[in-house]
Amino acid sequence: MRKIWIGAVLSCSLTFIGCGGGEKPAETAKSEGAAPAGGGGTATPDEANGGTVTGKVAFTGDKPKMATLDMSAQPKCEAAHKGEAVKSQEVVVNSNGTLKNAFVWIKSGLPDKQWAIPSNAVSLDQHGCMYEPHVIGIVAGQNIEVKNSDPTNHNIHPMPQVNADWNESQSPGEPPKMKTFPRQEVMIPVKCNVHPWMRSYIGVVSSPFFAVTGDDGTFTIKGLPPGTYTIEVWHEKYGTQDQQVTVGAKESKTVDFSIKG
Amino acid sequence: MHPTIVDSVWLRRYAALVVCCTFALVVAGGFVTSHDAALAIPDWPLNWGRLIPPLEANIRYEFAHRVLAMITALLTAGLAVKLRTRLAWTALAAVLVQAGLGGVLVRYIDPAWAAVVHAALAQLFFGLTVALAWRTSRLLSMPASVAAIALFAQTVLGAAVRHHIASPIPHIFGAAVATILVMWAGLSTLMTHMDDPALRRPALALLSLTFSQVFLGIAAYMARAATADAPQPMPLMVWITVAHVAAGSLAFGAAVVLAGQAAPHTPLTQRTAEA
Repeated sequence: MRKIWIGAVLSCSLTFIGCGGGEKPAETAKSEGAAPAGGGGTATPDEANGGTVTGKVAFTGDKPKMATLDMSAQPKCEAAHKGEAVKSQEVVVNSNGTLKNAFVWIKSGLPDKQWAIPSNAVSLDQHGCMYEPHVIGIVAGQNIEVKNSDPTNHNIHPMPQVNADWNESQSPGEPPKMKTFPRQEVMIPVKCNVHPWMRSYIGVVSSPFFAVTGDDGTFTIKGLPPGTYTIEVWHEKYGTQDQQVTVGAKESKTVDFSIKG
Repeated sequence: MHPTIVDSVWLRRYAALVVCCTFALVVAGGFVTSHDAALAIPDWPLNWGRLIPPLEANIRYEFAHRVLAMITALLTAGLAVKLRTRLAWTALAAVLVQAGLGGVLVRYIDPAWAAVVHAALAQLFFGLTVALAWRTSRLLSMPASVAAIALFAQTVLGAAVRHHIASPIPHIFGAAVATILVMWAGLSTLMTHMDDPALRRPALALLSLTFSQVFLGIAAYMARAATADAPQPMPLMVWITVAHVAAGSLAFGAAVVLAGQAAPHTPLTQRTAEA
């Protein structure tokens, strides 16, 4: 009888430890690298007088063949694409030979300032059982609006190394979740444990100087204070490349990257 | 006097049912890991806030694992209450700790160390249920006991590889060591007790399962390497890896049976009388 009680106490203890949905993620914009917009002592990009860095991320070599995603585990996901094959977004080479979904950011050289956190939220949608966009960037502490536009359940599971991780479910019709990451981290992978092919990446930067290449493979970073910077491009398959750029007030410089496949 | 397994054919069948459910649970757990579904249900002990979650995609694997865990725990509790032996209570404690560990994995978002402990305890629990069903409460054979320990160590190393906290090299080296120890245990038993089915059968099972494991391990490694760049777990990799996990459990179970059955220089008739 005593052993039964010991076993019951042990299992109850473990139950209490196990209960709950995980640590509370950072849901308020408290940043370690930036400050709320409008607060005293924060800096904002001076697009009128600052420097601008533009460029493109070119792809050289044979265009890789992307795998077709198997969504048969969830017929609603297949139905969303109306029978069309959905390819992995790991490497998207644009028609002009540039790379989409490359994250470009000012890695070092910025003055030691508290940069204002934009008040707008960046959207991350789950649509057709794919994350849209595939890559996003936020200022540390800026909100991410996580939406579920699908008729199916998802869970959102970012896997940061520096920030606190979390894992939450989101049912169809559930209101958007507002999340943030307070610490700079390039990049945070995001997955859905319900649909294992879903993948996206979030770049969290302590300054507002970053961009994600789109369908034309270009990027533009405006409002840079005059100075010499290390600018980095990140790609989920091809890793990172750095370049140095010096930009003056109202000056525009071009920095092109070339990634070999 | 408490009933013993040997007293009742229904009790023996019940214990065998516990073993089967535990094996199914281990296999279900293998599917959960291979499909990366451990966090498809992000809460515990409820499932998406309810008793039965939406049965979609990876949620099905995780929910099946939880249902099997509950059934196995209830069956083990029944066995422990009926037998009231130390081994039975230990098995019950093990399955309850496993359930709690499952909750820890969800609560703390699948820390790798907890996943490895969960896998190791699963194997231990399976061994306990086998020991209960085969009426073994002591490990009598040194070679078979050492083989069982080596196979258990391989489970831990394999779990460490699966959860990306160790390279495959220690696991591969361990496979060589475990195979040698299994051959020692199995062949020495066959050479001296070929006429005793109580020893011959588990020895043959241990040898054949371990040799199968070597090939399954090679296949699992090759499947994993071939699909390393795949955007999602591929069926071939999943099935081969789960087969490797399942065969590993069965080999460990065979070693436990052999270790409990094979006492050195014990005549067959005397062993039958003791049982």
